[in-house]
Amino acid sequence: MSELTRLTIAEARDALAAKKFTAEELAGAHIKAMEATRDLNAFVTETPEIAIERAKESDARRAKGNVAGGMDGIPTAVKDLFCTEGVQTTASSHILEGFIPTYESTVSMNLRKAGSVMLGKTNMDEFAMGSANITSYFGPVKNPWKLNDGKDRVPGGSSGGSAAAVAARAAMCATGSDTGGSIRQPAAFCGLVGLKPTYGRCSRWGMVAFASSLDQAGPMTRSVRDSAIMLQAMVSYDPKDSTMANEPIPDFEAALKGNIKGLKIGIPKEYRIDGMSKETETLWQIGIDWLKAAGAEPVEVSLPHTKDALATYYIVAPAEASSNLQRYDGVRYGLRVDADDLTDMYEKTRAAGFGREVRRRIMIGTYVLSAGYYDAYYVKAQKVRALIAREFAEAFKKADVLLTPTAPFPAFALGEKMDDPLQMYINDVFTVPASLAGLPAMSVPAGLSADGLPLGLHLIGKPFDEETLLRTSLAIEQAANFTTLPQLLRAGS
Amino acid sequence: MKFKELCVLALDTDTVRRIARLARIRVPDDELPTLADELSRIMDWIEQLNAVDTSNIEPMTSVADIRLPQREDKVSDGNAPEKVLANAPDRQGNFFAVPKVVE
Repeated sequence: MSELTRLTIAEARDALAAKKFTAEELAGAHIKAMEATRDLNAFVTETPEIAIERAKESDARRAKGNVAGGMDGIPTAVKDLFCTEGVQTTASSHILEGFIPTYESTVSMNLRKAGSVMLGKTNMDEFAMGSANITSYFGPVKNPWKLNDGKDRVPGGSSGGSAAAVAARAAMCATGSDTGGSIRQPAAFCGLVGLKPTYGRCSRWGMVAFASSLDQAGPMTRSVRDSAIMLQAMVSYDPKDSTMANEPIPDFEAALKGNIKGLKIGIPKEYRIDGMSKETETLWQIGIDWLKAAGAEPVEVSLPHTKDALATYYIVAPAEASSNLQRYDGVRYGLRVDADDLTDMYEKTRAAGFGREVRRRIMIGTYVLSAGYYDAYYVKAQKVRALIAREFAEAFKKADVLLTPTAPFPAFALGEKMDDPLQMYINDVFTVPASLAGLPAMSVPAGLSADGLPLGLHLIGKPFDEETLLRTSLAIEQAANFTTLPQLLRAGS
Repeated sequence: MKFKELCVLALDTDTVRRIARLARIRVPDDELPTLADELSRIMDWIEQLNAVDTSNIEPMTSVADIRLPQREDKVSDGNAPEKVLANAPDRQGNFFAVPKVVE
C-alpha cells in the first residue's frame, strides 16, 4: 500500500499507462493514508466517495484508450479556497462553514477535466491570512516533519494543509494559492516543490478572494517534474477572470529537457538580511555553487527596496482583503447571527464569523482606505510597489532568473511566534517582493537544517517564463538529491 | 508632512471604534484597548515607508500589463434562482430575507 503513495506523479502516470495498477487502487491507497494521518489535521473535508468515483471513471477512460493526460487518475488534494461543486468550501473560516458551492472554480474544474482524482479539501490559514496554518477555524495543521523534542512543527501557511498532506504521502499533489508566499513558504517548511505562477497565468475564478492583485493558484508536489505536469493541467485562458493574460501556454514538462549552461543567475544582495539563520545563508551559497557547476553564471543584482516590501504588502493586501471580505454579511451565504436590525446583524455576524487575524487585517485595510488616510498609506504603498516592480525589471536585464532562500528559518514549533503578528510576517520576507511584482517564483527543497528540518531555495523568474524557472529548479533538485522522508514516515513510526 | 503627523498618532480607542464601525465588525468596549495597541504597532511598523522617496512615481494600479478585455454585451448566464439561493441563511420565495430595513 505504502509503495503506491510514495510514487511521484510522473512515476504513477507511467505505471498507470503500463497497467501495473488501477487508478482505483491508487485512490484507495491514498484514502487509507489520508485516514491514517488524520492527526495532522491536514483536511477540512475528506471526499473518499468522490475519489473512488473519479478513479473508476479514469480507469474506464483508460480501458477505452481515452486518457485525459498526465494527471488522469492522480490523487489530488484541493485547498479549501477553491470552490468545489457540491463539496463544502470554507477557506477555513467559521463564516463559510457549511457553504456548499453550486459551481466549480476554473482551476479545480481544469484538474477535474484532466482526470485528477479529488481526495478532499485541505486546511489552511483562515482566508489564507497566515504563515503557519494556526489561524484556521478548524484548528492548526501539524507538519509531518518532527524533531525529538516532542514539539509539533508548523507546516507553514497559508497552504499548510496542502503541504502537510503531500509531505505525509496522503496526497500525490495538492493545489495551493499564494498571495505573499502561501505556496512557497509551506513547501519549504515541508520539503516540497511549490510553484507560484506569474500573476494572470491561472484563473482566479471561483477561488475565495483574499487580495485580488496578488492571489495566484499553483501546484504543490514532491518533484519539479510533477510541478510541471500539474501546472499544465491547472492553466487555461479564462474570460471569467478579467485580469488573465491571454499568453500562449507552453509545454511545461518539455521545458525540463534543456540545460542551464550560460544562464545568468541573479543574486540579490539585499536579501542578506539580519535574522536569517546561518544554515539558510550557507545553503544559499551552496545553491549558487550547484548552479555554477551546472554551467550557469551567477551575477550580483540589486533590489534596493526589498526592505520595504513587507510593509508595502501589509497595506496592499489588507486593503484589498477589507474590500473583498465585505461580501460576508450573513445575507446570501455562510454564517448569520440574527439581530433586530440589519447593521446589528452585519456587525454581529462578522464579529462571530471572522477569527482574530482576519478581523485585524480587515481593520488595517479599512483604516488605510478610509478618508484622510488613503493617500498617505494606500497610494504611498502602490507607489513603493511600482518601485519594487521596476527594480525587478532592471535586475532581469542582467539576469535570467534570481536565486534566494525561500524563508529565513526552518519550520518553528507550534506555539512559537504567535503573540506578535510582526514576528509572523517576517516569514514572507523573501517571497513577498515577487508577489508584489506579479512574478513567477518557486521553492525547491535543497537541504536540511542542523537538527533535521527541510530548507528550501527560491527562484524568481521573468513574467510568463515558468519554463526557465522549472529548468533551473530541476538543476537544483538534481544537485540537492533531497530524498529524506519526514520523520512521520520513517520505519518504526 | 502628513506622515509625520501620523507617526505620533498611535491609534486610540476612539479611532479603533470608528474603524470597527466602518468595517461592520462588532468589537466589545473592553477589547478596544488591546486591539488599539495591536493595530498601532502594525501601523508604526508600516511608517517605514515614509522614508522611501516616491516623488515622480506613478502608483501601480495593475500587475499585469494588460488591457481589460471586453465581451459582447449579451446575457451568457443566469436564470438559476435555486443555485443562487442554495446557501441563503434565510429566504422568502426567490428572495434573500433580511431583518426589516424600512419602517
